[in-house]
Amino acid sequence: MQVFLPKNTSAGQMSKSVTVHGILLAYTVIALFPILIVIMNAFKDRKGIFRDPLALPTSETFSLVGFEQVLLRSDFGLFAWNSLLVTVLAVGLVILLGAMAAWALTEYRFRMNLLITFLFAMGIMIPIRLGTVSILRLMVDLNLVNTLTSLVLVYIAQGLPLAVYILSEFVRTIPKELVEAARCDAVSEYRIFFSIILPLLKPAMATVAVFTMIPIWNDLWFPLILAPSEETRTITLGVQQFVGQYVTNWTSVLAALTMAIVPVLILYTIFSRQLIRGLTSGAVK
Amino acid sequence: MMFSKRTKEHKPFPWHLWGFLGPGLLIYLTFSVYPLLDTLILSLYEEQAGQSEFVGLKNFITLVTDENWSSAFWNALSNNLQFFAFHMLLQNPIGLLLAVLLSSPKLRLASSYRTLIFMPTMLSVVIIGFVWQLILSPIWGISEEFLYSIGLGQYFDAWLGKEGSALVTLSFISVWQFVGIPMMLIYATLLNIPDDIIDASTVDGASPMQTFFHIKLPLILPTIAMVSILTFVANFNAFELIYAVKGALAGPNFSTDLLGTFFYRTFFGFQLQQGSSTMGAAVATLMFLIILVGVMLFLFFIQRRIQRFQF
Repeated sequence: MQVFLPKNTSAGQMSKSVTVHGILLAYTVIALFPILIVIMNAFKDRKGIFRDPLALPTSETFSLVGFEQVLLRSDFGLFAWNSLLVTVLAVGLVILLGAMAAWALTEYRFRMNLLITFLFAMGIMIPIRLGTVSILRLMVDLNLVNTLTSLVLVYIAQGLPLAVYILSEFVRTIPKELVEAARCDAVSEYRIFFSIILPLLKPAMATVAVFTMIPIWNDLWFPLILAPSEETRTITLGVQQFVGQYVTNWTSVLAALTMAIVPVLILYTIFSRQLIRGLTSGAVK
Repeated sequence: MMFSKRTKEHKPFPWHLWGFLGPGLLIYLTFSVYPLLDTLILSLYEEQAGQSEFVGLKNFITLVTDENWSSAFWNALSNNLQFFAFHMLLQNPIGLLLAVLLSSPKLRLASSYRTLIFMPTMLSVVIIGFVWQLILSPIWGISEEFLYSIGLGQYFDAWLGKEGSALVTLSFISVWQFVGIPMMLIYATLLNIPDDIIDASTVDGASPMQTFFHIKLPLILPTIAMVSILTFVANFNAFELIYAVKGALAGPNFSTDLLGTFFYRTFFGFQLQQGSSTMGAAVATLMFLIILVGVMLFLFFIQRRIQRFQF
């Protein structure tokens, strides 16, 4: 390639790459600045927060009093546990049930196939939130209001359409011979799925996990409506109510926000490679 | 040939397929399809003293014409349109620009930029809303100090508190948070363009600009269309940001009210107004129709036209 390019490009390329880095760096600062400001100030005392909000905490201004207040005044641990439980259960079941459904819809021919595929496809675009009025009535009838079960059920219904779509695409790439060989050996359909297909779906499952997990962990709407009680509150709802209530107490508000941000940032930094691979390979085909 | 065909016909019905499909389908039908359909039907009823009565389109007529309802509804709809327009004009072009820069050949640190810029997108809208509320708060003075330091101090104001600027400010916050999505999706498409095509155009003497507009842009148009429809659905369904920053009343004076917050208030009530599940269902039905029409327009016009450009 180099041979075809004019000689003077190296200088031009230099200045071009400086511009590119300049813009990207500037945008990175814009993206991170607000988050860093909040985390930084959460570790300062009240005076430090207001006197010089842009300064890092020093030995003089460093203080954990905000965190103390939050931990004493609310059940942050419980809220985080609720969120974790709901997210893990819902994501796990979305993946399992989604993989089973995707397998059934792609492998077997039957009458309702097209209709069911279409129903799932609709769910990708139409937000389940619009059915809230009836979901709440249903949960009241089933006696599930203020239980984590209600959230798990709704999140499974919310996550399945995309899961079925992504996993179906993936099931289609599995060579037919593999399954046919097993069938010739009279292996049952269930064993074919669980011991041959399911392990092969792992990469696609990671993608589904990423797409399903984030909206569930961050959701406010359904916890607010279906499970607002103290015992079933998720972390997003807990933070929303805590910060709304103590909005004038800056040290604890900043600490509460930091406690909600930092775990996600740590997880994101650990899994960002997989997450971005999922985003860049799974979504766009 | 004959033999194999016959065995296929006589194969017993594959009952195990319901073993695979059943559980997922049951949950999906019960908690998504049925509630959506039930909501659509419920919007045709009126509830009085525990009795529900079929009233046809009355709820919808009330929503768009009754003076107690219509101004709030049209206000929420027009705010929502502005909110969406803002994302289309700002979020998606910025996302496109960042994606193009990120995909520059041999760019160092590309993965670090990508990871860091995507970070806000990962966080809950509720948290992001509060973070910005604190930063823009006139009490704390971070934004004031910052504007003075770059010589724009006279523009400092309580942007979130004023009727004229609150919606725009919230739109900015939302764009700031979600710019990572168009960036990432467009970036992925750009990476998937085969190098040969780009090399060929360079060899033919096309400038980088020409290569972009004549080769890359047509190839990423389907992704841009997809990003647009994702933005549309997300925007016409938005609720959390307004609720976190401005509460259910979407103040000041409903200037930040979107269909999502309007739906919430209609369903649960606020201050003196009682919540109504049938009126709530009517609002949800209108939101459903708006989203459905948007998605259909996308499928029938834009996507069909764009597919011609695909490989």
